[in-house]
Amino acid sequence: MTRYLKYITAAFLAVMLGAGANAADPLKAAFVYVGPVSDHGWTYQHDQGRLAVEAAFGDAVETTFVENVAEGPDAERVIRQLAATGQDVIFTTSFGFMNPTVKVSERFPDVTFAHATGYKRTDNLTTYSSRFYEGRYVLGQIAARMSQSGIVGYVASFPIPEVVRGINAFMLGMQSVRPDAQIKVVWVSSWFDPGKEGDAAKAMIDQGADVITQHTDSPAPLRVAEERGVFAFGQASDMIAYAPNAQLTAIIDDWSGYYVSQVQAVIDGTWESQDIWGGFNTGMVAMAPFTNMPDDVAAEAQATVDKISSGELHPFQGPLFNQAGEEVVAEGEVLDDGALAGMSWYVKGIEDTLPSSN
Amino acid sequence: MRIELEARGQPSVLMTWLSPVIAILLTLLFGVLMFVLMGQDPINALYIYFVQPLTSAYQIQELIVIATPLILIGIGLSICFLSNNWNIGAEGQFVMGGVAGSWVALTFHGVDGWWILPLMMVAGIIGGLLWALIPAFFKARYNTNEILTSLMLTYVALQFLDYLARGPFRDPDGFNFPESKIFSPSATMPLLSDGGRMHLGAIFAVVAAIVIAIMLWRTIKGFEVKISGEAPRAARFAGFNEKSMIYFSFLLSGSLAGLAGISEVAGPIGQVLPVISPGYGFTAIIVAFLGRLNPIGVIFAGLLLALTYIGGENAQIMLQIPDDATSVFQGILLFLILACDTLVRYKVKITGFSSRQTTGGEG
Amino acid sequence: METFIAILLTIVSASTPLLIAAMGELVVERSGVLNLGIEGMMIIGAACGFAGAVMSGSVFIGFLIGIIGGAILSYFFAILVLNFATNQVATGLALTLAGLGISGLIGKPFAGITIQREPIEFLSFVNDIPVVGPMLNGIDAIAYFGFALLLAVAWFLNRTRAGLILRAVGDNPVSAHTLGYNVLRVRLYAILFGGACAGLAGAYLSLYYTPFWAREMTAGRGWIALALVVFASWLPYRLLIGAYLFGAVTILQFHAQGAQINIPQQFMASLPYLATIIVLIAISAKQTGRAIHTPASLGRIFVPDR
Repeated sequence: MTRYLKYITAAFLAVMLGAGANAADPLKAAFVYVGPVSDHGWTYQHDQGRLAVEAAFGDAVETTFVENVAEGPDAERVIRQLAATGQDVIFTTSFGFMNPTVKVSERFPDVTFAHATGYKRTDNLTTYSSRFYEGRYVLGQIAARMSQSGIVGYVASFPIPEVVRGINAFMLGMQSVRPDAQIKVVWVSSWFDPGKEGDAAKAMIDQGADVITQHTDSPAPLRVAEERGVFAFGQASDMIAYAPNAQLTAIIDDWSGYYVSQVQAVIDGTWESQDIWGGFNTGMVAMAPFTNMPDDVAAEAQATVDKISSGELHPFQGPLFNQAGEEVVAEGEVLDDGALAGMSWYVKGIEDTLPSSN
Repeated sequence: MRIELEARGQPSVLMTWLSPVIAILLTLLFGVLMFVLMGQDPINALYIYFVQPLTSAYQIQELIVIATPLILIGIGLSICFLSNNWNIGAEGQFVMGGVAGSWVALTFHGVDGWWILPLMMVAGIIGGLLWALIPAFFKARYNTNEILTSLMLTYVALQFLDYLARGPFRDPDGFNFPESKIFSPSATMPLLSDGGRMHLGAIFAVVAAIVIAIMLWRTIKGFEVKISGEAPRAARFAGFNEKSMIYFSFLLSGSLAGLAGISEVAGPIGQVLPVISPGYGFTAIIVAFLGRLNPIGVIFAGLLLALTYIGGENAQIMLQIPDDATSVFQGILLFLILACDTLVRYKVKITGFSSRQTTGGEG
Repeated sequence: METFIAILLTIVSASTPLLIAAMGELVVERSGVLNLGIEGMMIIGAACGFAGAVMSGSVFIGFLIGIIGGAILSYFFAILVLNFATNQVATGLALTLAGLGISGLIGKPFAGITIQREPIEFLSFVNDIPVVGPMLNGIDAIAYFGFALLLAVAWFLNRTRAGLILRAVGDNPVSAHTLGYNVLRVRLYAILFGGACAGLAGAYLSLYYTPFWAREMTAGRGWIALALVVFASWLPYRLLIGAYLFGAVTILQFHAQGAQINIPQQFMASLPYLATIIVLIAISAKQTGRAIHTPASLGRIFVPDR
């Protein structure tokens, strides 16, 4: 019985005192996921980052997570519950958690918040995201080299800037080595629907695409590529197990370094709210091993990775033209982060109309 | 072994009160079993599910926040189900209420005025009502199966909302992300307390429960509702119009679902998102049954269901119990409630293996 | 030509799970029971089937276990709606809720694994026939099974005594009971058949269509199957048309996109439901008095008098 009294007291204390960790207590870090940890994609990679935090700090940090949190009112309650029960750092890992995170961060000024892929910050809420487009530029280059037909199929989720940016970067990567390359975009209106994603991949292969890439989360398009004998790229994590003969490489979201550094900064008292947008140079974006391709293609891809990493090459450097052929970025300039963040136009050469771009 | 049911002449009063209790006890027993199988301390797990949320003022408020739409919808559905009208499209009516009210909110975005919120509520009610009118009309006109039409319309409504959130309702300054502007203060539900999210909708729910309860138990209309469900033929002899009852029950439940929808959007959500309900319209069906189709009972049922949601989240945070376990839990709770409900109307007899042929009977 | 065949085959595999799941529900509804738990039974079939295949190393055994999983879940439904006379709508919804949860728990250890899709092409000898040959050979065994099932169900319902009894039970359980038929038993068999079909359809998704397990991978296909039964006005042959029509629309819209024809996705997604509502209204508007194919007692509780 004493045990239950203890729980009740603890709960009351948590409410009364808010979050204020005792110095002797381990730092508590919580992660809020939009999908299941077992998705082997987006959420899985964030959880890998959480495990890296556990490994790096041992007993000094205690982590917890909540998976399958719906974007909307549920998210606010979960985040707040975490804040109210003594979590010191809370990572919310989906765009839809933005407004709930902002609201809770204002109410719990002593708790540190970090929100992935959003654009709203407060004194105790930082934002972070990856420059996945750097990886997509490399994928585009590889695709152009590996494609016989010069047609690549792109399984896309929703026309938000993140996805549009990825399509553009991929196209620019292709055009850098093969100016006449074509891209076919199919919108499946879902982040995760294995059946639909696979069907979309099949449809594009039937239309002549011989390399498939995706901005949806399931490995279904890779599986289709494996069976149809065409190439494909993994999404979010190394998916080679699903397609040993088809995967050329994968963009890997590696959050470990970021999570460890944030937790360290909180421990050191040096944490501050800022917008981190990490690319190859921070290790936040990494490439899976280059497989199923000739050595020269792999070498070229690696060279591109290095050039982007060192800043020698920017995927969105001028001259850049939009679909209508108008120059958007002049020679010698690069598209700034603000323009990248809100990107809702296609570069020249993409034969697709952005849905509902009204 | 065979299970046989024998109709009671009168619904058992004792069982009316006892059956939900039995169901909940059996669910707890099942919970113990499930948690043991998952390697958890069952008492601790049940404590976190059902007691711990009640120990924090904030979580009690959240309980009411979740229960609000469930109760509002559940009350309307009770009237439907009592009168033998199977509206299972409350989810769609909820969404259309949210859509209609949001349209008002976004049209007058930035405009300040006391009249905006009431106008949104009226629009929400009309949105839900019109969406419920479709199955009602076709049932009344052609006897079209309302279970199927109302369910199918739900999916149409969900797609419509998705379209709006990604298209016309989208915030032009929101980087193309699928969400609307955040509603201005005069288009947001007033909060009932500082520091929580409990909003005016909770008052709507309680008022609706009381009004509908009085209607049900103290007026001719209430008698008509009950008699239409229990004895349709008698209702016809009594001169009650079957069609008008179809319209009455559907429009009432549609209005309440629509009100719940706009209350949710203007309350805890505060903007239009591609999805505005985690299935409240369907969960409310469970709530209506758990509340024994009694408006006051629905209040308690709504709170209990809300408790399982919050308890499930807490169990995930504290014990890492996957949220799938919460779905299983809710499903089993509903199974057992439905099964125990049978005790009210029937005596359950468990007989041996004799495969006595059932013969005769007039049904 | 090759492209044409490839597209056709994609349509076949998109339609097959819908056809099979809907076929099961059609029989259930013909017996007068409305089981809204198809989505739950399908996802259980997908989880059990995949788990079974991985653990046994045999896709065939996986399919069997998927079928059994779906049937077991439907048995719970049967006990409740038949023996306890519970409301079918609410019970079906509970079944979906529980099914999604249970499948998540079952499938968890199997996430991130893929299996080799066994070639279930068995008609290699027809390959020599131009055009038709590769196509016949390309259709998978389960799709053929779906056609066979369709013929069997149609034959059963229209040509056999048992089918007649099943329809009688669905149209007028009271008279069927009076005539000495065991209404509850007939409905039990129908429900189990429906569960087995949904389980097979789900297993097809995880074992053949994708092939891997993912949480909530049925993505609403159970509800589409439900709509198709009504769309087909409870007739097996129309169900074939409905399922393939829907499969074709799904696949062809991807091709349409590739060809720069853009229709709002949301409109396409609500199409099966809109079509179903229209068909439903059309049937009921045409009906004079008694239903022709619509099971007259659909969704109503029946308790036999002793």
